[in-house]
Amino acid sequence: MSPDTATATLPPAIDDGEAAEREPAAAEAAATADATAGAAVALEVHDLTVAYRTQPVLWDVDLELPAGQLIAIVGPNGAGKSTLLKAVLGLVKPITGWVKVFDAPYRRRRSWVGYVPQRESVDWDFPTSALDVVTMGLYGRIGWLRRPRRAHRETALACLEQVGIRELAGRQISQLSGGQQQRVFLARALAQDARLYLMDEPFAGVDATTERAILTLLKELRARGRTVIAVHHDLQTVAEYFDHVVLLNMRLVASGPVETTFTPENLQRTYGGRLTVLTQAAEALLRRPSVDRDEAASVRPPGAP
Amino acid sequence: MELTFTVRHVLAGAALLGVVGGVLGSFALLRRQSLLGDALAHAALPGVCLGYLLTGAKTPLPLFAGALVAGLVGAFFILATVRWSRVKEDSAIGIVLSVFFGIGIVLLTHIQKLPAGNQSGLDKYLFGQAATLLADDVRLMAWLSAAVLAAVVLGYKELKLLSFDRAFAASLGMPVRAAEVGLTLLLVVAVVVGLRTVGVVLIVATLITPAAAARQWTDRLGWMMALAAAIGAASGIAGALASATVPRLPTGPAIVLAASAVLVVSLLFAPRRGMVWAKLRERRVAARIRRENLLKDLYRLGESAGGWGGFAPAPLLMGVRGQTALELSRSARPLVQRGLLERAGDALRLTARGSDEAARVVRKHRLWELYLTRRLELARDHVHRDAEAMEHALTDAAVADLEHQLGYPTVDPHGRPIPPPPAGRTATAAGGEART
Repeated sequence: MSPDTATATLPPAIDDGEAAEREPAAAEAAATADATAGAAVALEVHDLTVAYRTQPVLWDVDLELPAGQLIAIVGPNGAGKSTLLKAVLGLVKPITGWVKVFDAPYRRRRSWVGYVPQRESVDWDFPTSALDVVTMGLYGRIGWLRRPRRAHRETALACLEQVGIRELAGRQISQLSGGQQQRVFLARALAQDARLYLMDEPFAGVDATTERAILTLLKELRARGRTVIAVHHDLQTVAEYFDHVVLLNMRLVASGPVETTFTPENLQRTYGGRLTVLTQAAEALLRRPSVDRDEAASVRPPGAP
Repeated sequence: MELTFTVRHVLAGAALLGVVGGVLGSFALLRRQSLLGDALAHAALPGVCLGYLLTGAKTPLPLFAGALVAGLVGAFFILATVRWSRVKEDSAIGIVLSVFFGIGIVLLTHIQKLPAGNQSGLDKYLFGQAATLLADDVRLMAWLSAAVLAAVVLGYKELKLLSFDRAFAASLGMPVRAAEVGLTLLLVVAVVVGLRTVGVVLIVATLITPAAAARQWTDRLGWMMALAAAIGAASGIAGALASATVPRLPTGPAIVLAASAVLVVSLLFAPRRGMVWAKLRERRVAARIRRENLLKDLYRLGESAGGWGGFAPAPLLMGVRGQTALELSRSARPLVQRGLLERAGDALRLTARGSDEAARVVRKHRLWELYLTRRLELARDHVHRDAEAMEHALTDAAVADLEHQLGYPTVDPHGRPIPPPPAGRTATAAGGEART
């Protein structure tokens, strides 16, 4: 049975109370929440310009993102969304500008930051198990050149449990569905036990059940005082899923609470006059979460050519 | 063959090469750097020649050192070309490989013309000749192998992470560029270890072939490396023995052929990944689908006839799906054996158990059709083909879920009854369903 089919019975979504008990770092969580509440700014980006060779990708980006919120980065293809995450993580070198995570350079905050790369960025036929991949999230804590111990294994299993796929721990990763692979990546990030999570399209290409499970997980992270910054593609769900939105198209278009910033004018400035996108946005603003996509695509905004 | 000193050296050399090649080759394979290994090997040739020219010695150390340095220079050129020019990696690898190999051949020709050159034995570096290995060579190879293996064991976790997800490794603060340079260095050392035995031309095969074979048998990196090492060592020993017994057979090709034989067997017969098993599995599923279809066809015929008592003649059943008599009887035979069908001459009918089983298939088909029309709003005449596939794939749990979502329907989109679940069926059957 393919677990992606809508009819498949999937493991129960993340259970807040139980999961928090099992989460080994739960005790720390409260302390972390206090710590992050003090520092209201999770991420500060100043005058960031990034180019690949001579091709500029990000221009003069200034950002201050609040701690303890779910934050979406939204923009058209090639807008530099992934690059912004990579620049924060120091994976690409900016031409100008700097980044601060909780008021310090990334190098000093590495253990505070968890990263979920795009699912397609790795070879899922790699000979390893789901548990092994999740354990990778603990490498920073285990220390270089040291072996993972039993306790690390237990932690990794608990993280798999949190995303509802503990029973798949021993499974070779190519035998997982797209949604399960995404859950493995999220479990690996949970294992990092970070205060700030940077996620590159966590909702891309997952089934409806996984999408709900991921959303529950993000909300749980927020409840524990963590900050999540996610590149997001689906304009229809931005307002429903996130607190804060960053609209990006090489330059920063706007950044602020969803209620005030996720407006048709700002979307127009971000995406230009692209018809389908504006249609989607119109739908999103109508706050009809269960709109059928085909239906949405056939709705044309007034004054469309 | 009696184990003379030479033979023992030869075997030890071949085995070392196999182990180191298998371990490092696993990483090269997974990182898609097979061609890099080939380029490094070819790049080592001018180093060997220069080592000889500079020292005039046949002792292994200068030659090994020359190969090591030249291999690293080659690797540097590849990395530098990719980084600072617009030439892509595969082109850079091709350029370095051919340029260095060209220089190597020129130097080799020059050495052959020198008074002492003929005795240098450097031509053996092209295709390998394990028989010329001396105790000194083997000792040096052993040290290098030990160093490589120790490095891999120590950094196993890091190399694995680097190979799987470089960006994540970097985000954790791992010095990925340094680690990659380190891994390339290890690859060069592995190449140098095998240089005398296999030769620069074919050495890439001792890196890639055992690793590719091992990958077929396991889904764990650790096992893959161990298995690749074992396959590498075994084919190394086999090739070395063959070359020692067959006159004028170079060792390199013999080893490569032995490893390739293992690869072919692995590609064909490894469980799960092997092509033979995949084919068998495919056929088994196809046979099951044909059997379920036959049950379903009989059910439908009974449905339109108003009862399942009569025998359906073979030509009628063959006509439903355009099957031959042979195909039909192949599907029918196991069903008769399991007591799901009864046979009377050519004609078939469902037994009580058979019609339960058939009802199960029909149920899935019709529920799925209903699901498609209701939930996905597909037209009634668009859903049959999809249901034909899903009826064989849906599990019982999925069916229960489906039924619940649809509110326990009794009629499919075409107005035909959806058979009740097995338990309910037994009840109705006992209640006197039309069955003569």
